Amino acid sequence: MTAIRVFVPRDAAAIACGADEVVASLTAAAKKHKASITIVRNGSRGMLWLEPLVEIEDANGARYGFGPAEPEDAEALVKALAGKTAPKDIKHGKAVGLVEEIPFFKKQTRLTFARCGITDPVSLADYKAHDGYKGLENAVKLKPIEIVDVVQKSGLRGRGGAGFPTGIKWRTVHDTPMGQQKYIVCNADEGDSGTFADRMIMEGDPFVLIEGMTIAGLAVGATKGYIYLRSEYPHAEIALNEAIAAAKAAGYLGANVAGSKRAFDLEVRMGAGAYVCGEETSLLESLEGKRGLVRAKPPLPAHKGLFDQPTIINNVLSLAAVPYILTEGSEAYANYGMGRSRGTMPIQLAGNLKHGGLFEVAFGITLGELVDAIGGGTLSGRPVKAVQVGGPLGAYFPRQLFDTPFDYEAFAARDGLIGHGGVVVFDETAEMGKMARFAFDFCAIESCGKCTPCRIGAVRGRETVDKILNGQNVEANIAIMEDLCNTMKFGSLCALGGFTPYPVMSALKHFPQDFGRPAKKFADAAE
Amino acid sequence: MSLAESRFEPWSAERTRAIVAEHQSLEGPLMPILHAVNHAFGHVPEAAVPVIAHALNLSRAEVHGVVTFYHDFRRQVPGKHVLKLCRAEACQSMGCESLVKHAEDRLGVECGNTSADGRVTLEPIYCLGLCATAPSAMLDGKLVGRLTQKKLDALLKEAGA
Repeated sequence: MTAIRVFVPRDAAAIACGADEVVASLTAAAKKHKASITIVRNGSRGMLWLEPLVEIEDANGARYGFGPAEPEDAEALVKALAGKTAPKDIKHGKAVGLVEEIPFFKKQTRLTFARCGITDPVSLADYKAHDGYKGLENAVKLKPIEIVDVVQKSGLRGRGGAGFPTGIKWRTVHDTPMGQQKYIVCNADEGDSGTFADRMIMEGDPFVLIEGMTIAGLAVGATKGYIYLRSEYPHAEIALNEAIAAAKAAGYLGANVAGSKRAFDLEVRMGAGAYVCGEETSLLESLEGKRGLVRAKPPLPAHKGLFDQPTIINNVLSLAAVPYILTEGSEAYANYGMGRSRGTMPIQLAGNLKHGGLFEVAFGITLGELVDAIGGGTLSGRPVKAVQVGGPLGAYFPRQLFDTPFDYEAFAARDGLIGHGGVVVFDETAEMGKMARFAFDFCAIESCGKCTPCRIGAVRGRETVDKILNGQNVEANIAIMEDLCNTMKFGSLCALGGFTPYPVMSALKHFPQDFGRPAKKFADAAE
Repeated sequence: MSLAESRFEPWSAERTRAIVAEHQSLEGPLMPILHAVNHAFGHVPEAAVPVIAHALNLSRAEVHGVVTFYHDFRRQVPGKHVLKLCRAEACQSMGCESLVKHAEDRLGVECGNTSADGRVTLEPIYCLGLCATAPSAMLDGKLVGRLTQKKLDALLKEAGA
């Protein structure tokens, strides 16, 4: 009799909620009941309110979920399996049925996250059995410029936040003279609060990132890639290194990539806790072993990047989208989305939310659908007050703007940004004056110090908010704060100083009562 | 003040030179070297700076500049246990600030400091990427999600506070 496969994620969020303890209990119970089970440490399905989600596979490969599991649940589950009960017939308080039928999961369009939660993340055989490395096999047959064309036609834009067309970046590096050292750098410094998609894909399907970077290498003639990973993600580091070793051993990395006679190698490098190193030029400085000071542009990294060599620097999600595009074609990807935002976005629903998690969907879904229908409203049960979209540098949106569609331009039109796709929900207990103060405070803590508007503006901003919240010359100090934001927005070298005004000004605009001003009328909020 | 026993190696110039030698062939070796030194000694001692600078043909100022730029590189050995509490927006939305206050009260120090008995260093962290299972904490590398006051008390007890 073949062993029954039981899946328990190795995802950091699952581990933080007790996945390792659940595995220990399952193992002990299996020994006790002489049950023949194999535990697979998969990635997370992204339904994080159910983590740790234990999945039991039946004879037909259908997977039934039980979550959020606790160690004491193991006994009953294993006993049922030992007694030959089919997974679907196991009666248990934590049973959630067929995992793929859960509405949160079923409503998604999983292109980048197609395998995440399904496969063993570090099994190359599993990856290949689920369409892995097909994109690379296609890329090997193409000329470098043809690979660039496919990516450009897909409409893929940088998923790190700026939304710059990925294909144009690649073309610029492709067009620099061949024969010199070029680099592919993956920005895995996912520092934004409310975001965890990079982490999840690196822990749950690291090969897709490795494949995407390898394709990028072939496209522009780069032979070396670096993944700059934040040190807060030790589990991702382990998964990436295991997967890189497996890819090397199988000839998917090294001197002769997939029989192409072209070389590409990959290394993981750890950041050291500096938020600003998520800014691409600061990241390059850090990789070179320097202080993470932001560089003035030009020159662009595409011309003078890592060690002054032509460099593609892309976010994890941008690179992880590439294998699908090379496998299914640019049109298949571009058919999803709205306006100039093509394809899908792995959106991260977080904070005070009943159903938080990773929701990959075509661009165009509204903020309200995400928060109310998909996320199920607040966990606390109190009304939603504000939603911060796009990380610490993103704007706060009130319920009156819930009709905003998830699209780069639509958010920009409402003085916001989608950033890296993080959505953090706050209930009515949030004090928006304090959140504005925090935005300045965070900027002051994390500023690299190179440009004055950010270095000094953040500190002055924090002081000014304190005065406002203390009721000191409120109107005069609000005028100073607005002026300061204007200077930071237009005078800062990078997005840290340049975007800190988004949370501050949106908090002031939509929640004036939290700054000692009269509350805003409902009607003008909707504009 | 009797400090809790250290889990780190005592500082040694020889060990530092060995760490440098191990990483020297890498492109941009300074960050991996500083991580390794920080890991071995629990901090990057002042005395390590000239050793590293000399080996990499950098000035002491350059190495000092890098050490002091990054939050991860410590200037002093931390307490026996390091408890990091996430204070970023997603955790704030789930009430992390009252947990920080609770930990500060229990340890008798402000966040960012080490308890007087040297047992626990309490630090803020800006995002562990566990934002849908907030609030989050990390005790000596072990992650904890859905943190409650009860779980926090258990962590503090585990750390001997």
